[in-house]
Amino acid sequence: MIAFFQSFLGPEWGFAVGYTLAILALAVSLLVMLAFLLLFDRKVWAAVQMRKGPNVVGPFGLLQSFADFFKFVFKEIVIPAGADKTVFLLAPLITFVLAMAAWAVVPVGEGWVIADINVGILYIFAISSLGVYGIIMGGWASNSKYPFLGGLRSAAQMVSYEVAIGFVIITVLLVVGSLNLSEIVRAQAGGIQNWFVIGGTLPVPLLLLPMFVIFFISALAETNRPPFDLPEAESELVAGYQVEYSSTPYLLFMIGEYLNIVLMCAMISILFLGGWHPPVDLVPFTLVPGVIWFILKVWVIFFLFAMVKAMVPRYRYDQLMRLGWKLFLPTALVWTILIAGLMIYARPDLPPAL
Amino acid sequence: MTEAPDVSITYDLAVMLPEIFLALGIMALLIFGVFRGDRATGFVSSLGVVLLVAVGYFVYQVTDWGADADARAAFGGSIVVDRFGSFLKLLVLTGGALALIMSQRYLRTERMARFEYPILILFALLGMMMMISAHDLIALYVGIELQSLSLYVLAAFNRDSQRASEAGLKYFVLSALSSGLLLYGASLVYGFSGSTDFAVISTVVAEGAPIGLLVGLVFMAAGLSFKVSAVPFHMWTPDVYEGAPTPVTAFFAVAPKIAAFAIFIRVMIEMFGPLVEQWQPIIIFISIGSMAVGAFGAIGQNNIKRLMAYSTIGHMGYALIGLAAASEAGVRSVLLYLAIYLATNLGAFVCILAMRLKEGMVENVSALSGLSRSQPFVAAALAIFMFSLAGIPPFAGFFAKLFVFSAALQAGLLPLAIIGVLTSVVGTFYYLRIVKIMYFDEPAEAFDPKIGAALRLILAGSAAFTTLFLVFALPIQAAAARAASALF
Amino acid sequence: MFEAIAFYIFSVILIASGFLVIASRVPVHSVLFLILAFFNAAALFLLMGAEFLGLILLVVYVGAVAVLFLFVVMMLDVDLAEIRKGVLQYLPVGAMVGLILVLELGFVLFSWVVAPEAAANRAVPVAPITEVSNTEAIGRVLYTRYVYLFQASGLVLLLSMVGAIVLTHRQREGVKRQNVSRQVARTREEGVRLVKVKPGQGL
Repeated sequence: MIAFFQSFLGPEWGFAVGYTLAILALAVSLLVMLAFLLLFDRKVWAAVQMRKGPNVVGPFGLLQSFADFFKFVFKEIVIPAGADKTVFLLAPLITFVLAMAAWAVVPVGEGWVIADINVGILYIFAISSLGVYGIIMGGWASNSKYPFLGGLRSAAQMVSYEVAIGFVIITVLLVVGSLNLSEIVRAQAGGIQNWFVIGGTLPVPLLLLPMFVIFFISALAETNRPPFDLPEAESELVAGYQVEYSSTPYLLFMIGEYLNIVLMCAMISILFLGGWHPPVDLVPFTLVPGVIWFILKVWVIFFLFAMVKAMVPRYRYDQLMRLGWKLFLPTALVWTILIAGLMIYARPDLPPAL
Repeated sequence: MTEAPDVSITYDLAVMLPEIFLALGIMALLIFGVFRGDRATGFVSSLGVVLLVAVGYFVYQVTDWGADADARAAFGGSIVVDRFGSFLKLLVLTGGALALIMSQRYLRTERMARFEYPILILFALLGMMMMISAHDLIALYVGIELQSLSLYVLAAFNRDSQRASEAGLKYFVLSALSSGLLLYGASLVYGFSGSTDFAVISTVVAEGAPIGLLVGLVFMAAGLSFKVSAVPFHMWTPDVYEGAPTPVTAFFAVAPKIAAFAIFIRVMIEMFGPLVEQWQPIIIFISIGSMAVGAFGAIGQNNIKRLMAYSTIGHMGYALIGLAAASEAGVRSVLLYLAIYLATNLGAFVCILAMRLKEGMVENVSALSGLSRSQPFVAAALAIFMFSLAGIPPFAGFFAKLFVFSAALQAGLLPLAIIGVLTSVVGTFYYLRIVKIMYFDEPAEAFDPKIGAALRLILAGSAAFTTLFLVFALPIQAAAARAASALF
Repeated sequence: MFEAIAFYIFSVILIASGFLVIASRVPVHSVLFLILAFFNAAALFLLMGAEFLGLILLVVYVGAVAVLFLFVVMMLDVDLAEIRKGVLQYLPVGAMVGLILVLELGFVLFSWVVAPEAAANRAVPVAPITEVSNTEAIGRVLYTRYVYLFQASGLVLLLSMVGAIVLTHRQREGVKRQNVSRQVARTREEGVRLVKVKPGQGL
């Protein structure tokens, strides 16, 4: 696409216009998908509780999210008197911008990626670890007790689970030998038996399955999803760091949060579920474009997220910390060593140790 | 100087065997301690002593003691193992092991028995070994950090005591400042020479040293003087010695000083060897300053630990004379001085550990009065140590000073030697004051006579060494000479 | 052209935010500016083509260290007026020391020369960027030539962890601790007691 624009706009302008359009296309389709994911979340939740869920706006309530959007945008922005105005308004922006920025390196199909940088996974990891700033700044700038507690909780929680996530990512990296997300997906080509959740190129099948489980649960904690939604636990902290937010800033927080959730779903599908690859490497499946498979996988994971939200009761804070530090971290650490040893044994083609 | 680089990692690991063994041992003990809790303190300490003995054996084995053997370099020259380093490592390990044994009883009676104590001592010793072997600016800094971090924590180990916390905090802040100075100096040196390897830097500076490099040298010397608590960077010493728990002070007084001296000598002689004319005046200055402050500062002290702190400052000054001589004889005299200083100081601290009344430890000098009657053995030993520290013949301290002064004379530093003699005359005053208090003053309350078999043994051993130094003099001097020859 | 502009933008923001770290009146703002400074430093790394270092800087310093900084600073009740009380008293001495240092630094800077062989000493044999990515290049020297320093730094970190626990951790009295294995091992017999209650009498 860049080459197409460069062919008649010249190398520099073509570059600029091409990338702008690509970014816009990704952003718009993401946000539209998000609107329906939100509805899907609520519908699943309702179904578990034997309710109908939103069904008034549009057919089957399909337009509910858009109605919510307009409601938020048209409301007045209330800024508490004692708040630190700059930081207060900066916080939701940071959350939203970071959540969008992370998508720059996500390959949604073969070659369908805005920036195919060779440390893509590190970039995502860095950006998602920055996400905590939006929350902690929002909590502090509100100058109010509940948001502050929510911000503190979230900071501790996200930092804790990042460690486990980091180690899980390292195990996958060890197997692939590259930090490029497209490379990671390509390493899983050739059907479901090569996906890392099943076996991948490792000699022993199902070796990465425990890492998949840890990543999934840590992703819930990292995105403040139930059962780890303590930063915004309504029974303890009203709405946590969002208490003082209303209107568009609140909307940005919410969109940012859901974008992060979708990002985590995308990460799971890239790291463990073969990204854009079809489950069976045969004709009817391979004809479907990769991006469809990718979106399908994201929706499946999101369905799991929604089901967890509907069914699992909230953790207590000390239990949350215990799970992260005393269970996930050691397990992931041991697994990293295990996989590293296995790679040395199974892959003599790796560069020699000098 | 160093052997041809060997690419094999097994060779590197074999050279590092003592350090690796110690590091693994520490981790094993740490895990053991975590599972057993503070009940295991005594056991962990004993195992730690065993570990240190084993490490000492490895240090002895790994070193090539042959008279003209080259140093063994490992990890691209980051560390070297040579006779000089191994001699000092053995001294440090001895000091550490004895300090660990000395702490046992104190920790129990003062209710400070936590299994982290031996672990921290071992970590500090590991850092010192890394410092002593360091042959690269980064390795040097990492070693110093490992050592200093454990020392900060040890100083504040009795965290419920305000004085200990103050000591730890003061030590931390000032030591961090000195590390900053050292790092700044190191960065200037690196910026000039483009390498962190001592050997490479040495060849580069041999061709001339511009002002920027000299500033780097001064900063590094300042940072290292702090570590040996030499004037003008000595201010922390009395406060930290006083505030830290007594066995920790005993440890502070010996092991870190020896390690810091090792790296001081290595940096000055090996790295800045060609610039001896530039750094000699600096060393002479801090040497004179330390001797003077040590001698005059101690006069007014009534707290025995503060007194020992000033005594340390003074002794570091004497030892620096040997470095100022910048010759093989000078380094040999420093090594000898450190060995004697180790034995004498540990003995003196055993006596300080024995200063316990029923209601707890006392640190006031006047509490020693009448010790000659209540505990003649301890009093005699302390008197011997004081004579030795003062440098009165025939005790070991006399010979230590003798060698240092003769090295200075050989190097043509007559004024320095004269000042050394004068300050040691002044110093004699306060050492003899303690002897006078013990033997001639009105008796005060008698100390608790139970000090434990281990302490008695150390006391007897170091007293015997100090008194009968002439018997041991030849082998020790031969070892020191062999160690010193590794640098030249 | 683009790189030059980007370099100047990032550097200017980096220096400005570095200055604001010490100049801003609210401690939390200082930390936020510090984070901004880290961010721009990472961007400068990226511009130099050191993408691994840049992103690791973000992950480690911004993502973990600075969060905990912010965490602590937010909870502290820092009264700047109280801290600044003694400033005037120490100002002359401090200013003098600072002035001397600046003069010395200037002296060093203007007479700064580099040894002729420095450039050759600095060069480390690394495979060209066309063959290995710089992540791999770092890995190759970090785990071979510098493995000792790498492991030694690890030991320093382990020690600081032990030290922090020694100095701060204490078993507080009267705190109920959860013993998960005990909870899981609990059986029905332990937890349930069957009581026959006679009608009309209660327990």
